[in-house]
Amino acid sequence: MEITALYYLLPALFMFCAGVYGFITRKNMIAMLISLELMLNGVDMNFVIFNRFLFPGSMEGMYFTLFAIGIAAAETAVAIAIIVNLFRSKGNVDVTGLNEMKF
Amino acid sequence: MDATLPIIILALPLFMFLLLGLAGVKMSHKAAAWLGILGMGTTATLSYITAFTYFFSQNPEFVSATGERLQHVVFNLTWLAFTPDLVISLGFLLDPISALMLVVITTISFMVHLYSLGYMEGERGFQRYYAFLSLFSFSMLGLVVATNIFQMYIFWELVGASSYLLIGFFYTKHSAVSASKKAFIVTRFADLGFLIGILVLSYYSQTFDFIRLTTDSSWVLASTGGATFMGASVLTWALVLIFMGGMGKSAMLPLHIWLPDAMEGPTPVSALIHAATMVVAGVFLVARMFPVYILEGSATTIIVVVGALTAFYAAMVACTQIDIKRVLAFSTISQIAFMMVSLGVASSGNGEVCHHGLGYMASLFHMFTHAMFKALLFLGAGALIHAVHSNDYTAMGGLRKYMPITHWTFLIGCLAIAGIPPFSGFFSKDEILSAAYAWSPYVGIWMTVVAALTAFYMFRLYYLIFWWNNPDYGHHTPHDSPWCMNVPLVFLAAVSCVAGFIPFGHFVTWNRMPYDIHLDPVIAVSSVVIALLAIALATRMYARENSLPARFRAAMPRLWDWCYHRFYWDELYIFITHRIIFNGICRPIAWFDRHIIDGTMDSFATLANRASDEIKPLQSGQIQQYVWIYLMGALALGVITILCLI
Amino acid sequence: MESVGSIIMYAVVALTIVICSVLAVTTRKILRSATYLLFTLFATAAIYFMLDYEFLGGVQIAVYAGGIVVLFVFAILLTSRPGHDSEKLTSRSRRTGLVAAVATAIVCGWSLCSRSALMAGLPQMSNPDMKLIGARLLSSDAGGLLLPFEAVSVLLLACIIGAVVIGRRR
Repeated sequence: MEITALYYLLPALFMFCAGVYGFITRKNMIAMLISLELMLNGVDMNFVIFNRFLFPGSMEGMYFTLFAIGIAAAETAVAIAIIVNLFRSKGNVDVTGLNEMKF
Repeated sequence: MDATLPIIILALPLFMFLLLGLAGVKMSHKAAAWLGILGMGTTATLSYITAFTYFFSQNPEFVSATGERLQHVVFNLTWLAFTPDLVISLGFLLDPISALMLVVITTISFMVHLYSLGYMEGERGFQRYYAFLSLFSFSMLGLVVATNIFQMYIFWELVGASSYLLIGFFYTKHSAVSASKKAFIVTRFADLGFLIGILVLSYYSQTFDFIRLTTDSSWVLASTGGATFMGASVLTWALVLIFMGGMGKSAMLPLHIWLPDAMEGPTPVSALIHAATMVVAGVFLVARMFPVYILEGSATTIIVVVGALTAFYAAMVACTQIDIKRVLAFSTISQIAFMMVSLGVASSGNGEVCHHGLGYMASLFHMFTHAMFKALLFLGAGALIHAVHSNDYTAMGGLRKYMPITHWTFLIGCLAIAGIPPFSGFFSKDEILSAAYAWSPYVGIWMTVVAALTAFYMFRLYYLIFWWNNPDYGHHTPHDSPWCMNVPLVFLAAVSCVAGFIPFGHFVTWNRMPYDIHLDPVIAVSSVVIALLAIALATRMYARENSLPARFRAAMPRLWDWCYHRFYWDELYIFITHRIIFNGICRPIAWFDRHIIDGTMDSFATLANRASDEIKPLQSGQIQQYVWIYLMGALALGVITILCLI
Repeated sequence: MESVGSIIMYAVVALTIVICSVLAVTTRKILRSATYLLFTLFATAAIYFMLDYEFLGGVQIAVYAGGIVVLFVFAILLTSRPGHDSEKLTSRSRRTGLVAAVATAIVCGWSLCSRSALMAGLPQMSNPDMKLIGARLLSSDAGGLLLPFEAVSVLLLACIIGAVVIGRRR
């Protein structure tokens, strides 16, 4: 049995879909953020896998993932700061309560 | 002539209007009234000086070497210049009729100002009343000195507006408000014709200027190039439409309906506006345009017919009215119709004047004398109303003992209007009758009958007020008015006694060439005899309480009803406006507007509302829902892309 | 042909990814959710190692697993009360989530699988040299990544400041 790129890509896709499910169903904002990380991680994997299988000589995919990890860290920090702040003002982290921006 | 005096004549009443209108509430009644009287007195004095200078100075500006009086433009400022040819100016034209009108207007206005001091004493809005009087005087003066027809139109509307304000002076009274609206709408409607007439005339003649229009006017006819519209020449149309404006202001049939209702205004206002000055504006207009009117015989014929019918109609109605002011109002209509007829018969109908243009002179002569004695009668009626607190003669009777000054002055007014020598009305009416006889004997006879009716209804009124019975006035005995009301009465009575002896032909004639007027003995004697017979009949019927009037009434119930109800003109108007125009035209239009036009717009709004209500939930504020929709869209795009690539 | 050991290794890692990611989004306790996320991230790092990107795997563990998950744990501890379960999901939101996830899986999986024939085995590649990675990252030559590197450093600085400003107690 040969482990082709597909075998690496399918877990990544599965991770992404799990992230989608979590992002849509979870009400806790931190849980939503976790789902978001899952999605991001799946996408990162894609970069690496395609880089490795199709262009083994170059390293652009790896670098892209490297930067994405850095940016994900920054984004998480800001998001968590916002969530903590919301928790202070509203007393919970339920996303369904945040509908001030509706019509 | 220096322009200072004329400018002051116009500016002073305007200034008084602004002063009293803006600062009047801060003044006491007395101060405001005396300010108004002082202003008007000054204006009157200046007008006398101006008129005197014009008529008697023999200045070459005013009189040519041949003795012809010249039309003198004191100043003429360009106001609106549409094209080099079509310029609207504001100016001051001094000629015999404007000088005459200056004297008449300022005299009556001054008398009314003085009279109102007593009559309006203690009324709410006293200062406002004087402000409006000043506004009216300003507008009327501006009207008569207009150098062009458009300036005249502007001031024409201004007098209409001030008349509206003064009729509705007692604005808490419902009838006064509706009367003011009626007057405004009816005259406004007539002015529409006036405006169209002006536009038609100026379209062809390329000028508004009176002097250009009336000097050697035959070019005006030539300028239309023989154009016709619906079988009549456009000049006829223009002149008839302009005359329509005059019909509205001068209350000619069928646009007369506003004038009797206008008596809801204070009585001095009726004397000033609705008897002496504003209502003769129509006569003045035709007189001003007279050289153009001569060109079209059909137009002057229309004037004669309308005038003759109105004169008779109003005289008939005046015989049956109960309200003394209404009697005087119909008498006014009738007398103005006399003037109109007189102007009409001054034109022979073929481009020439008839009988040396006697009718023109007679018309303005009658305007002058009528202004004096009708103002006198109205002011007398005001004094009666003031004393008895009722407008109806049924509340009066035997008043000659209680109010001697009013009685004698009123009697002089009645004699003047009835045409008894030596009072002023005799002379002017006699000239009118001779002019009418010269034009057509039928018109002459017709007008003589109307003159007889005039004498009859005036003396009916006189007897019913001052003789007839002697009702019990209780402890509230009527008495003569204060001095400020008596002075105008006596003054106007004196003028009515002597005005007839003014050699009017020396001042006002159609071609401004002075000539001597002379009485036609046949006409004079016959008209006096007929008037005396009418007075005798009135004396027999009304001098002492008896059943004769009731028997007359019972003998001709139908005629009496028609006269009493003014031949049902108002009902006709109401029928036409309410039944035909409102129901037939306005209602469907309103329905269309409300249901179709508004409905369309409303349904647009409803549609937008519904749509937004439908779309709104999409913007729920739930981020997960947004993500879900976004994801589905992205997936759909992905599917489409993949399908396209394969 | 792969060695049996690497196949087993792959199977373990792939199963860890599948199971832990599902558990991360379905578990009721938020702290467990973060833990499962940690396992998933470790498994991802393992994939990177398997694909010979050792430096990247190290970064994944250090930054993601070491940094971000710790942040999550702190945030969870700050915002949840003891014994506080996650909310009960309504059936509607579970259904919509499932629909979205399955639809994504179908579309993407179908587009992947339809091209599976084109996919070959792992090509040979030498492990990228650390020195080379560092030189590329800090070089301004063609193919150098100094500019994005600096941009990210500025971004991180901005994020630090932003997080402090946002999170500061007023």
